[in-house]
Amino acid sequence: MEAVAENKTISGKANLEVFSSTLQELAAVDRNIVVVTSDSRGSGKLVPFGQRFPKQLVEIGIAEQNLVGVAAGLASAGKKAFAVSPACFLTARALEQIKNDVAYSDNPVKLIGISAGVSYGALGSTHHSLHDFAVLRAINNITIVAPADNYETAAAIKLAAAAGKPVYLRFGKKQMPDLPQESDQSFRFGKGRIIRDGDDVAFIATGETVYPALQAARKLEAENNIHAAVISMHTIKPLDYDLLALAAKKCRTIITVEEHSVYGGLGEACASFLLQNGIMKPFKITGIPDEYTVTGSQNEIFHHYGISEKGLADTALELMRKITGEL
Amino acid sequence: MTAKELKNRSVNYRKKILQYIVGANAGHTGGSLSCIDILNVLYNHVLNVSPANFSSPDRDRYIQSKGHTVEALYVVLSDKGFFPEQDLETLCRYQSNYIGHPTKKVNGVEQNTGALGHGLPMAVGNALAAKMDDRDFRVFTLLGDGELPEGSNWEAFLTGSHYKLDNLCAILDYNKLQISGTTAEVCNTEPIDAKLESFGWSVKHVDGHDIEALISTFDALPFEAGKPSFIIAHTVKGKGVSYMEHHVKWHHGVPNEQQYQQALEELDSVTI
Ligand SMILES: [Mg+2]
Repeated sequence: MEAVAENKTISGKANLEVFSSTLQELAAVDRNIVVVTSDSRGSGKLVPFGQRFPKQLVEIGIAEQNLVGVAAGLASAGKKAFAVSPACFLTARALEQIKNDVAYSDNPVKLIGISAGVSYGALGSTHHSLHDFAVLRAINNITIVAPADNYETAAAIKLAAAAGKPVYLRFGKKQMPDLPQESDQSFRFGKGRIIRDGDDVAFIATGETVYPALQAARKLEAENNIHAAVISMHTIKPLDYDLLALAAKKCRTIITVEEHSVYGGLGEACASFLLQNGIMKPFKITGIPDEYTVTGSQNEIFHHYGISEKGLADTALELMRKITGEL
Repeated sequence: MTAKELKNRSVNYRKKILQYIVGANAGHTGGSLSCIDILNVLYNHVLNVSPANFSSPDRDRYIQSKGHTVEALYVVLSDKGFFPEQDLETLCRYQSNYIGHPTKKVNGVEQNTGALGHGLPMAVGNALAAKMDDRDFRVFTLLGDGELPEGSNWEAFLTGSHYKLDNLCAILDYNKLQISGTTAEVCNTEPIDAKLESFGWSVKHVDGHDIEALISTFDALPFEAGKPSFIIAHTVKGKGVSYMEHHVKWHHGVPNEQQYQQALEELDSVTI
């Protein structure tokens, strides 16, 4: 098996660390900011938060249902409660609490799914969250966000803190570079960011897959003279239909990219919108297929399933061939 | 309100519970009749909550974990002036806010409950917020005995004692029946008092239909400083209607016209 080298060009922080430092910034001026954790202070990079703001941290222990229920009670009594737990447990073990105590009861809890997707690659499927977009999309009254880079993470945390509605944020622990953007686009939930313009391929990506999509776009430009757009579709719900329609109409092919099952996530959300609005283009959903997920690091799993510079460029070339009929 | 006045209210509440359940041809009759005396004493003697202060951060909180006995809650809330009683004529009708479980669309309801094992963790969160903000409000939640096996309750029992939430009181409507039979047959939770005490709660037993006993029990809160309180209220499913008492078929049975008239006669003949 071919070894996969970690990308050495990445020079940002892990989004998780940005989450922790942003939260400290907010907590310093707002004593209603409260972190609720399930023995996840270490993995959530929240040890410094707990040391600085011991009265604003509620440790529940490993009991995710209770974590979310208690956070709902805190939120309903005026606290800006951030319920922090690995995404795999938070959105499966505590799903009924998310559905009823947070979303249905409209308690503005900020659910923070850490080490999301296959961040815990080698730990296996118990620790992967490849279902969270799918299950949460089917629940009314919750915003679903997967920030791509440090900038998006900090902005999303600040928006979540101020939001009077339930929000789910998920991110991983991999170092992420700050992505360029096409123009001065302020970060808002429900508005995707144009990272790169193009008119041949539209990469609609989310979370930590935006960066490999950008790498693939650059490769396609350099090697194949193919102009690929890259959109950071950080908000899975509500989806930015305007931007999606714009990109889909402008580009000749569409590729969605997510660190999630190919079922029920960003890709199917885009497909559903495009089909129902009569926008038909060669279209491919890339993500984790419906199989026992291969084991390895997050990076190796990404490469295995084609969520990589080469994999995504190859997918783009394949789709472009369908149009041009060329090799 | 005197004990005598409360007892009169209980009779009246029972009649209204039956009236609206019969009107809707739906409802959780047995459990509403078993918990109504508890709700009566809570809302008319214990809780600092009213339509006037319901948006105040300092109000007491009541979360009904056993959401299915919502008819008892609706009848008490309307009596307290949270909404006009005639609204209950729409109970369970198309587009009515007065559905078969509590929702915040109804004035006076704190949380949307109905799935079991959810009230206590949210009550713990409310009580924690009060401690964090140095507020004096208290938090109450009513659990059914059938929902006691839910794991989330036991998670929250741990958190309640860990954070020394003596502003929190959980009440068990212990009618010893659930939909499939007796709680002892379905999933034996006894000894409940010893379990709760070992979880760090302070526990008292009370006759859940004895108004004076309920008053003195609630007046004794918190039972111990630094501990959450747990009240095991021994009740009778279907209490007050002879043919319903202790019969699980009245869990969500609706009386027919003749049965309804008999129930009203029995309730009218109660001497207080
Ligand atoms: Mg029962």
